[in-house]
Amino acid sequence: MLEQAMSRLETAGDAQELEQLRVEYLGKKGLFTSQMKMLGKLPAEERPAAGQAVNQAREQFQSRLQARRQSFEQAALNERLRSETIDVTLPGRGNAPGGLHPVTRTLERVEAYFTRIGFTVETGPEIEDDYHNFEALNIPSHHPARAMHDTFYFDAHHLLRTHTSPVQVRTMERQQPPLRVIAPGRVYRCDSDVTHTPMFHQVEGLLIDEDVSFADLKGTLDDFLRHFFERDLKTRFRPSYFPFTEPSAEADMECVICNGDGCRVCSHTGWLEVLGCGMVHPKVFEMVGIDNERYTGYAFGVGVERLAMLRYGVDDLRLFFENDLRFLRQFR
Amino acid sequence: MRFNEKWLREWVDPPVTAEILGEQLTMAGLELDSIEPAAPAFSGVVVAEVLSVEPHPDADKLRVCQVDAGTGETLQIVCGAANVRAGLKVPAALIGARLPGDFRIKKAKLRGVASAGMLCAEAELGLAESSDGLMELPQDAPVGADIREFLDLDDKVIEIDLTPNRGDCLGIAGIAREVGVLNRLPVQGPEIGDIEPAIPDTLDIRVTAPVACPRYLGRVLRGVDARARTPLWMRERLRRSGIRSLGPLVDVTNYVMLELGQPMHAFDLTRIHGGIEVRMARNGEKLVLLDGNELTLDDDTLLICDADRPLALAGIMGGEDSGIGDDTRDVFLECAFFSPLAIAGRARRHGLQTDSSFRFERGVDPQLQHRAMQRATALLLAICGGQAGPVIEVASDADLPVPPRIMLREARLRRMTGIEIGAGEVGEILERLGMDVSRTDAGWEVIAPAFRFDIALEADLIEEVARIYGYDRLPTRVPQVRLRPSSMPEGRLDLSRIRACLVDRGYHEVITYSFIDPAHQALIDPQVEPRALANPISSEMAVMRTSLLPGLLNTIAYNQKRQQGRVRIFESGLRFIPQDNDLQQKETLSAAISGDAYDEQWGLSARPADFYDLKADLEALLILTGREKDFRFESMTHPALHPGQSAAVFDGREQVGWVGSIHPQVIEKLGLLSPIVAFEMDLDALGQARIPSFRPLSKFPSIRRDLAIVVDETVSAARIAEVVRQAAGERLQDLLLFDVYQGEGIDSGRKSIALGLILQDYSRTLTDRDVEDTITPVLQALRDELDATLRE
Repeated sequence: MLEQAMSRLETAGDAQELEQLRVEYLGKKGLFTSQMKMLGKLPAEERPAAGQAVNQAREQFQSRLQARRQSFEQAALNERLRSETIDVTLPGRGNAPGGLHPVTRTLERVEAYFTRIGFTVETGPEIEDDYHNFEALNIPSHHPARAMHDTFYFDAHHLLRTHTSPVQVRTMERQQPPLRVIAPGRVYRCDSDVTHTPMFHQVEGLLIDEDVSFADLKGTLDDFLRHFFERDLKTRFRPSYFPFTEPSAEADMECVICNGDGCRVCSHTGWLEVLGCGMVHPKVFEMVGIDNERYTGYAFGVGVERLAMLRYGVDDLRLFFENDLRFLRQFR
Repeated sequence: MRFNEKWLREWVDPPVTAEILGEQLTMAGLELDSIEPAAPAFSGVVVAEVLSVEPHPDADKLRVCQVDAGTGETLQIVCGAANVRAGLKVPAALIGARLPGDFRIKKAKLRGVASAGMLCAEAELGLAESSDGLMELPQDAPVGADIREFLDLDDKVIEIDLTPNRGDCLGIAGIAREVGVLNRLPVQGPEIGDIEPAIPDTLDIRVTAPVACPRYLGRVLRGVDARARTPLWMRERLRRSGIRSLGPLVDVTNYVMLELGQPMHAFDLTRIHGGIEVRMARNGEKLVLLDGNELTLDDDTLLICDADRPLALAGIMGGEDSGIGDDTRDVFLECAFFSPLAIAGRARRHGLQTDSSFRFERGVDPQLQHRAMQRATALLLAICGGQAGPVIEVASDADLPVPPRIMLREARLRRMTGIEIGAGEVGEILERLGMDVSRTDAGWEVIAPAFRFDIALEADLIEEVARIYGYDRLPTRVPQVRLRPSSMPEGRLDLSRIRACLVDRGYHEVITYSFIDPAHQALIDPQVEPRALANPISSEMAVMRTSLLPGLLNTIAYNQKRQQGRVRIFESGLRFIPQDNDLQQKETLSAAISGDAYDEQWGLSARPADFYDLKADLEALLILTGREKDFRFESMTHPALHPGQSAAVFDGREQVGWVGSIHPQVIEKLGLLSPIVAFEMDLDALGQARIPSFRPLSKFPSIRRDLAIVVDETVSAARIAEVVRQAAGERLQDLLLFDVYQGEGIDSGRKSIALGLILQDYSRTLTDRDVEDTITPVLQALRDELDATLRE
């Protein structure tokens, strides 16, 4: 009987047939069950041996049945997995992320650097008054420097700020030193050509404390440029003129396009002008009522589009304000 | 400031190349702009004399010339210039010559007549933009000499960008001074002696505005020849400095200005009636300038007048009436010191900028006038002949600038620059700069030379010392951080977080101009009169935006025209809202979408984005504030929005924004495609966040009951939710609205709404009875207040 049962297990075609065999052999009325029942009819001395034989046969059957069942389950699982196989190279469902404007991306990097060394971010109005944009920065009404500022006016006293420097003044009016602030934002000049847009962005920086020298200015801006461009850049500071700083300087950095060898971008000088800076002018301190004997400070201003162009290799300023999605997508 | 290298080297000749000289100046704060050759490369051009001129047999405009070019034989050259004549000395390009633009001269026949070269005009040698006729060389020009040598063309033109504080360098003398300081070399200008008067003629000069004009020098010159030719060397220097030769009288005044930095003016003496009066203009007074423009003047403008009328805008430009001409024989030369404050801004006010005003507003050396007058007189007499009268001077010593005494403290110098510089070196640097220096206990007492208008404070001296010492040699100190963390308000939602959320939801940030087209402004926000610029750069950028929407719509239009159908963009920035006499500058966030809801893809079927797509993104931002329940949407109308698809966003009682579909007429007028949905929010409202506050979690299971009700289609979802929440009480943990249906099976004018109520208690498991106790009053309230029926 066992032999027959075992061979039927082997020829069973699916899990259902196996189940039928289980019922037929192991069920309440199954063949092994009835064999066991018949043991009682045997003489007592034969029962143990016969019982053992039946038990052994049943266990053998059972274990084989189990093995066969597992193999069918495995096959069924395999089949299911096969049928559920998909093309994993098809793109995922849903929407791709967008991106920040490269100017914002750049501003965030600048802010990240300066907030890490203890600066806070300040903002100010874009429609400014003449006092904060010019007078308080030691640029009286007939100053030749005003001619360099191609200003948009609303009336005799109101204008679009031409630089972020008025935020310096507003901060000094509001807070007492020590001060460490940066002021990012939009600025406006009445000028439009290949290298000028009538609106652009600057970051103004201001640090006032009891022991601030030109050496701090040089060190900080030097360090900033290296961090921003993630390169061991050479920088140089040369004398310049801003009415609200003295001494004043312009900071050049080694051209990131040609590594200082000279190319079209740096007009073959190997240097790129990136920052205007200087020590806060005594007259500016005087106007906001800060004691210039006790405190000294530095200020700087950097053009954001210029940094972005150099960092990301953008060669046309006007692209920033066309907002062509094909341009913007490159910055996500 | 533009000048040629050889001129500078006559004054001071450091043993360095022009390039290194440029580098030195740049590092001293006089930024080099360019170094260019004085003339483009060319070769084979010599001085030639035209021996004879015959008409061309076959061409009216051509002439056949016999020319001596020093080659030992007479050359026949065909020439078309009107001024060719026998005896003329001209540059001749011989066979084999190369002219600028790689133009090679070969043997040629012009209308059948052989020509062995070309007689040249200045433009052909790259010495002028254009010329009419041949370049006429002086009679003593040696025939056969190479023209490059004769004109000394192997020279460089150096251009320096001067900052407004360095008016003292607007002349060769000033640049030379600076070069001398940097190279520790003496500076030697031309010998300028006094020209003794040959005639007694003078003119009455009255200065009634001595503050504006502390010194005025005049001189009468009679019998000058205004038609004399300016010598070639002077014309070449003027040309290399970018100034056109306009006859000897003007050329000499320009030359002295370039050389010494002193602007001068020459009047035709016969046009001056009576004497000269230097006075402020009367309001409304008129003057026609040399350029033909008539100006109406204000009373803060300084004038040079005669007994009858204004003659010139002092320090800016002469008048048409009194200008010199070819027939001028008698000249009145003016050489004055006008105070910078009297000139500054006046030229710009009339849209002018002249070499003269540029210098006077930056400051001309108040001690220079005598030297300049003598120099100009000598040059004029040498070129034009004539006789000079005595120098007439009117000066007001009290009004002449007095260089201040400035104390420079050693300690302050060290504190500001960080340098340990020897006291000897400081004193030496200041002295080299022409300062009068004396040592004091604390440092130095310094008087700057009269030409340094920019030196008034200790800080100015510190800059001078640092500048000459070299900024690059100044020490550098790494950033010093003060451990004083700034505040970190958790109740603020940062703009950067808001931007990140929108970016992650598929938006691109854009930056559009803050000034927009008034027509767009009127279309989109007609109820607000925007603030207009007085001097817009174009009519499309003329008013300040009162909403960010016009910029976003323009950006969508721009991209739609470039095959970008699906656009999701946002911008943050100020909008400018005039209010009474004031103006609000509000931080604003706006977003707009158009095109499909999803990128085109295989797994989602395409549909146009609509109101609810954008609203979900706005709601995501509200959720970021943690106080989304404070915000409410209420149907509204707005001129730019679809009246049936727009909502005001309220934060409590205050409207803080709107969301809506753009009005189809606006879309059409702006030439846009497809529906567009947008929102605009005050960033102030979005910036206020709730700090999370923990509520315990219920240990007991929640039970959900779904209701399908039918209400009038005008009943809003917000109203239904409000009624349900009120009636359900505290056990209602959450309320879902999971289906909205209109159509078959529902009466027209009605809609079916499916609600899911999630009920839970904090103290026990809810029984069926509890649930009934909650749901029954809800149904009752829906029936009573909204005329709702349960859907079968």
